[in-house]
Amino acid sequence: MNIVNTPVTRADSARSRSAERAAGLGPLARRRRRRVLGLVALAAAVLLATLVSIAFGDRAIPLPAIWHAIFTPSDTESDIIIGALRMPRTLLGLGVGVALGVAGALLQGHTRNPLADPGLLGVTQGAAFAVVLSITVFGVSYVSGHVAFAFAGALIASAIVFALGSIGSGGATPVTLALAGATISWLLLGLTSAMVLLDQRGMEVYRFWRIGSLARDEYFSAATVLPFLIIGLLLALANTPGLNTLALGEDVAKGLGQRVRLTRFAGVGAVALLTGSAVAVCGPIAFIGLVVPHIARAITGADYRWLVPYAGLLGAVLLLVADVLGRVISADTFEVGIMLTVLGAPVFIYLVRSTRLVRL
Amino acid sequence: MTEREKPTAVGSSEHTPTEGAIRGVSCPEGGLHGTTVGVGVGVVGVRLRWRALVVVGASAAVLVLAVAAHVGLGSYHISMLDVLRVLSGGGEESQRGAVLDVRLPRALVGALVGAALGLAGAVFQSISRNPLASPDVLGITWGAGVGAVTVIVLAGTSGQISGIAGALGLPLASLLGGIAAGLALYGFSWRRGLDGYRMVLIGIGIAAVCANLVFWLLTVGDVTVAARAMTWLTGSLAAAGWSEVPAVAIALLVLAPATLLGARVLGVLRFGDDTARGLGVRVDRARGLLVLLAVLLASVATAAAGPIAFVALAAPQIALRLCGVAGPPVVASTVLGGVLTVLADLVARIAPGGVELPVGVLTAVLGAPYLMYLLVRSRREARV
Repeated sequence: MNIVNTPVTRADSARSRSAERAAGLGPLARRRRRRVLGLVALAAAVLLATLVSIAFGDRAIPLPAIWHAIFTPSDTESDIIIGALRMPRTLLGLGVGVALGVAGALLQGHTRNPLADPGLLGVTQGAAFAVVLSITVFGVSYVSGHVAFAFAGALIASAIVFALGSIGSGGATPVTLALAGATISWLLLGLTSAMVLLDQRGMEVYRFWRIGSLARDEYFSAATVLPFLIIGLLLALANTPGLNTLALGEDVAKGLGQRVRLTRFAGVGAVALLTGSAVAVCGPIAFIGLVVPHIARAITGADYRWLVPYAGLLGAVLLLVADVLGRVISADTFEVGIMLTVLGAPVFIYLVRSTRLVRL
Repeated sequence: MTEREKPTAVGSSEHTPTEGAIRGVSCPEGGLHGTTVGVGVGVVGVRLRWRALVVVGASAAVLVLAVAAHVGLGSYHISMLDVLRVLSGGGEESQRGAVLDVRLPRALVGALVGAALGLAGAVFQSISRNPLASPDVLGITWGAGVGAVTVIVLAGTSGQISGIAGALGLPLASLLGGIAAGLALYGFSWRRGLDGYRMVLIGIGIAAVCANLVFWLLTVGDVTVAARAMTWLTGSLAAAGWSEVPAVAIALLVLAPATLLGARVLGVLRFGDDTARGLGVRVDRARGLLVLLAVLLASVATAAAGPIAFVALAAPQIALRLCGVAGPPVVASTVLGGVLTVLADLVARIAPGGVELPVGVLTAVLGAPYLMYLLVRSRREARV
């Protein structure tokens, strides 16, 4: 795969020889070292964000108390706050942030479309439709029921999109996938709007659900999606070398021995599992999955083996920071989804304007 | 690019043969796109694709039929003959009321708004070379939404929005919101020229900010206020009357011809910037002007009827597949946008169930299966 991703020209190798002499490393090795260092720095940032997310909220908790709560919990007030509220919320943010970042990077690769957010394949609207359906038709009023419906809806919708996008001689192509996803999403959105407008019970839940939030009354139901999230992550990481080859074009990929249909199926499956888990638990926090891959791409370039992990860690950092800011500044009047965009979008626009764009 | 095919300033529509001496040359251009005929009068020249002509003609006929059905059908059924009688100045009093005061203006607003959205969508999709780039995704309709929902929330639960706020405030606020978002899109994307890829990414950012402002505004107010805002946000023609028709019609009469003329360079831009420059197109100026025109079209349409979903995405994609061409054809997209909107509103009006749904719900419910059918049927990969 290295040969494909990093073509070595004669000039390159000449430069590499001189650089090797100078620094004891070739350009490839230096680039790899830079990428590994970046990954380590990002992991440190995730750790810091986690700590900050546990420490700050309505009231700040000092470090020793956090230490106490995690390793020797008794029943002090700060122990209870951390154990019952902040810790689960932070873990939830970590999982969802990683899932959305990874899913976004993967899907933008498979659809070759910078406008692809992880919910493009009908995942978000499928989940929304199922939640509203569960309220208006089946009368489900408890949260874990909504989670189950949302997850099922997300998976079913993306399966339909993939099936429709794959019909035809060439299987699923970037354009048919994107168009099928957008069309089915709009269809489901129309049906959801119809149900919500006809039944105010649906509206009462839906208008809060659609913003997306990490705040929950109880966190236990969130843990049920964890296995799917992990399977999705592994599938996504395994998919990245194949995606690199696919980026050269389907014909070239076939010529290199890639099983194109299988790669597409695995990629879309990973996106559906990851986004489905995230959306089922937190509602649509779409923006993060849309923006993070673009930032990651500006750092790593187009190699998906690096781009996808970077996007995952960046997603976690961004989501946790936004959630903390939402908590500290306004005590949950601004939900995390809103905070995220108000915070992230201007930065994103600045980035898009000031950097040379790495195109898909 | 021969002399005859150069974009000209003379306002002859792309698909109507100009009168006078026609020196037509039939040039078979491969079987895939059908035959193409060049028609020239003096220095003015157009190229006609028969398949595109047929599509435009057929959709225009369907549009007329849809408007007629919209005027005739409903809980108070009026026969075609009576409709014609009313339109020519006769008819019973009750029929005149239903046709002239209620149904005709609503159908006209629907057709005009849909046409504007279809055209704007075709321009955005062509310039960004992205089938997903529609005024919603690029943030223009969300900007309009911020303006409108602010007015709705400020009006609060005290009752219907009435008086100046209802007649002027809501459309004006949404028009200003849409134009502001569009100008932001244009301004932030412009960096020594307008690049379609950068525009799309900037649009994502603007849409995200505006959409989340709208979502936040929805949670601020009472649930009935939220429901009213949601109705506006799905796009509704229920309140459309004669007061909207002149504004939309005049705006469209100015903007649409300018856009259609300017859109003739879209075909050249598809070959890439360098080729287009080599062929004498001022690439950045052309793209910039087209984006501004499309922003205005989308803003006017949204101000008149709310952000009617899906039309701007679907009409160009349906038109592209029906015409069998490489990129969204502008004229066919315009007409098909009108068709989709009027048909959706017709179903919204006559559907059983007691509650009338907003048209924006039904554009997707009607249009999505058809677009899916076309997508599945046309097995070759579509390009934009």
